[in-house]
Amino acid sequence: MAYFARKIGLLLFALFVAVTLNFFIPRMMPGDPAQDLIDKMQGIPLESLEAIRAAFGVDSNDPLLVQYGKYLLNLLKGDLGISISRFPTPVWRVLQVAIPWTVGLMGTATIISFFLGTLIGIGVAWKRNTKLASFTVGLFTFVRSFPYFWLGLLLIYFLAFRLPIFPLGNAYTPQLQRGTMEFFFSVLRHAILPALTIVISSMGAWILTMRNNMINVLAEDYITVAEAKGLPLRRIKTLYAAKNAILPSITGFAMSLGFVVGGGLLTEMVFAYPGVGLMLYQAVQSKDYPLMQAIFLFISAAVLVANFIADIAILILDPRVRDGGK
Amino acid sequence: MLKDTFSLFIENRKALFGLMILVFFSGVAIFAPLIAPYDPKTNKVDVLRIVEEEMGRTTTVEREQIDEFTERRVYTQSIATTYERVTTKLPLNARPSRQHLLGTTKAGQDLFSQMVYGTRITLAVGLVTGLFTTILALTLALLAGYFGGVVDDIISLFTNVFLVIPSLPLMIVIAAYITVRGVIPIVLILGLTSWPWSTRILRSQVVSLRNRDFVRVSRILGERPLYILFREILPNMISLVMASFFTSTMAAIMGEATLEFLGLGNVSIVSWGTILYWAQNSGALLSGAWWWFLPPGICIALIGTSFALMNFAIDEISNPKLRKR
Repeated sequence: MAYFARKIGLLLFALFVAVTLNFFIPRMMPGDPAQDLIDKMQGIPLESLEAIRAAFGVDSNDPLLVQYGKYLLNLLKGDLGISISRFPTPVWRVLQVAIPWTVGLMGTATIISFFLGTLIGIGVAWKRNTKLASFTVGLFTFVRSFPYFWLGLLLIYFLAFRLPIFPLGNAYTPQLQRGTMEFFFSVLRHAILPALTIVISSMGAWILTMRNNMINVLAEDYITVAEAKGLPLRRIKTLYAAKNAILPSITGFAMSLGFVVGGGLLTEMVFAYPGVGLMLYQAVQSKDYPLMQAIFLFISAAVLVANFIADIAILILDPRVRDGGK
Repeated sequence: MLKDTFSLFIENRKALFGLMILVFFSGVAIFAPLIAPYDPKTNKVDVLRIVEEEMGRTTTVEREQIDEFTERRVYTQSIATTYERVTTKLPLNARPSRQHLLGTTKAGQDLFSQMVYGTRITLAVGLVTGLFTTILALTLALLAGYFGGVVDDIISLFTNVFLVIPSLPLMIVIAAYITVRGVIPIVLILGLTSWPWSTRILRSQVVSLRNRDFVRVSRILGERPLYILFREILPNMISLVMASFFTSTMAAIMGEATLEFLGLGNVSIVSWGTILYWAQNSGALLSGAWWWFLPPGICIALIGTSFALMNFAIDEISNPKLRKR
C-alpha cells in the first residue's frame, strides 16, 4: 500500500510540475513572444487578440501568482483557451478530433513493438552464442540509431513513392463514407507505414533490454540448479528465466514511454497523420501558442498516467513489491 | 585501475569499432575545408583570375616648393588590371556523379560538401551537449548521493518527475518560444531536458559506493567530504560516467537533428538536421531525390551506433556476466 501511495503521490506531483512548466515557460522566455506575435498579426480580429492575451497574460495587471491561480482554475474547469490558428474553435475541440488517431496508432504500434521486441530479446539471449543472435543484436543497434522521422521518410520513399503500395500520408481516404467497411480498410492501409516506423525504431530498445536482463538472470545460481536437475530447457527458458527478466523490462518500458511517444509524434508529422503530433507541428508553424501548450499538457498527462499504470502492473506482477518489501 | 579499464576498452572489438567510427567523423569535421570540394552554401563555382596587368603612365601632377632647398612632387601612377571571372552554375537536383559524389540540392548546392561541413555542427553540438548534460547530472548525483537526507530526496524527486515528462514535446515547446535561432539555444534546450536519465543512474551508483566499507572507513578516519567524493567515489564510477556521456551525446545528436528538421534551429547553417529540413521542404522525397535525404540519416545512425557500441563495451567490462564465455 505504501508503494501505491508513493506512486500516486509521484503521479500527482509530476502532473503539477508539468502544469506549472506549461504556465511559466512562455513567461520566462527572453523577449516577448506574445507581443511579437501581436505585432506581426496586424488586422486580426479583436477576439483573436484577446485569446492570445489570455494565453500569455499580456496586459494583465495581475501579479504573476494571481495569473497562475486563474490559470489553474481554468484548467480545472477544462478551459484550455482558444486556438489562434483555428479561431474561434476552443482548443479542447481541436484536440478532441486528433486524440483518437494518436491513441489508436501509437497504442497499437507500441504494444506490438513491446511484445515482438521482448520475444526476440528472449530468443537472442537464449541462443546468444549463435551467429544469428549476434547479427540480430548488431542490426537493431544500428536501426535503433535512425531518427524516427528519417525512417518514416525512407518508408514513404520506398513503399509509397517508388512502389506505390501504401498511401503517402493522411489517415484515411477522404472521399469514403465514414463507418463503412471500405473506410475501415482505408484507415488500416493508411496506418501500416506509420505503425511500421514506430515498431521498427522502438523494437531495438526492447530487444536489447530484454536480452541484457535475460543474460543476467541466466547467470543466476537457480538457473544452474534447474539445469542440473534436468528440467526441460523450454521450462527453464520461459518460467525460470524470462519470467524474472521481464520485470525490469516493464519498468524500462514505462520509463522510455516518453521517448516512444516523442518518436510517434514525429512519425505523425512526417506522414501527415492527423493526430496530436501533426497538430503540434502545425501549432508550432502557425505560432498557435494556446494549442501548442494544450498539446504539451495532454501528452505529458497521457505519458504520466501510462507510467502510473506500468507501476501498478509491477505491483501486481512482482511479489517483492506486492508484499510490501522494497 | 583506470589504465586497466582503458586497455580492456581498446581490446574490446565493439569498443574499437565504435571508436574508429567516431575518430573517422571527427577527422572529417576537423579537416572539412580540405575534404569538401565546394562551398556548402553556394550553388556556383567562381574562379577569379588576373589575366593581364598593365602599368600605366606616370604623370607629374603637382609640384610644390616647400622652401628654398626642398621641392615636393606628387606623381600619380595608374595600373590597369584585367580580371577574368568564370562562374559555373552547379547543376540543380543532380544525381550522384563523379563531380558531385552525393548529388546536388534543388538549389544546386553540392551535397557531399554539405555533409562534410555538416559533420562539424552536428558533432560539436552533440559533444558539447553531452558534456554539459553529464557534468550537470554528475553534480546533481554527487550532491544527492553524498549528502543524502533532504538534499537527496529533493533531487531524486525532481529527477523522477522529469524522467517521465516527455522531453520531445517539452523541447519543441521551449524552442518554439525562443526567438533567437541558433546553436547555443539548441545546446541549452537539449541539455536542460535530458539530464534526468544520467542523474538517476549516476546517483544510485554514488549511493551504493558511499555505503562500501572503504568509504565508511575514510569517513570514520575523518577525511574531508571533497576528498572522499573526488578521490574515492568518483574514480570508481568512471565507466558509468563515460557511459552516461556517450548516451547523452547520442541523444543530443538525435535531438538536434529533430529540432532542426522541424525548422526550430537556425535553418541557414549547414548541419545534418538542416539538410533534412531543406530536403523535406523542397519536396526531395516526391521528386525522387533519394541522395538528398538518405546520407544524413545513415550518418546519424552510424554515429549513434558508434556510441552504442562503446556503451556495450563499457557494460561488458563492468559487468562480466555479459561477456562472451
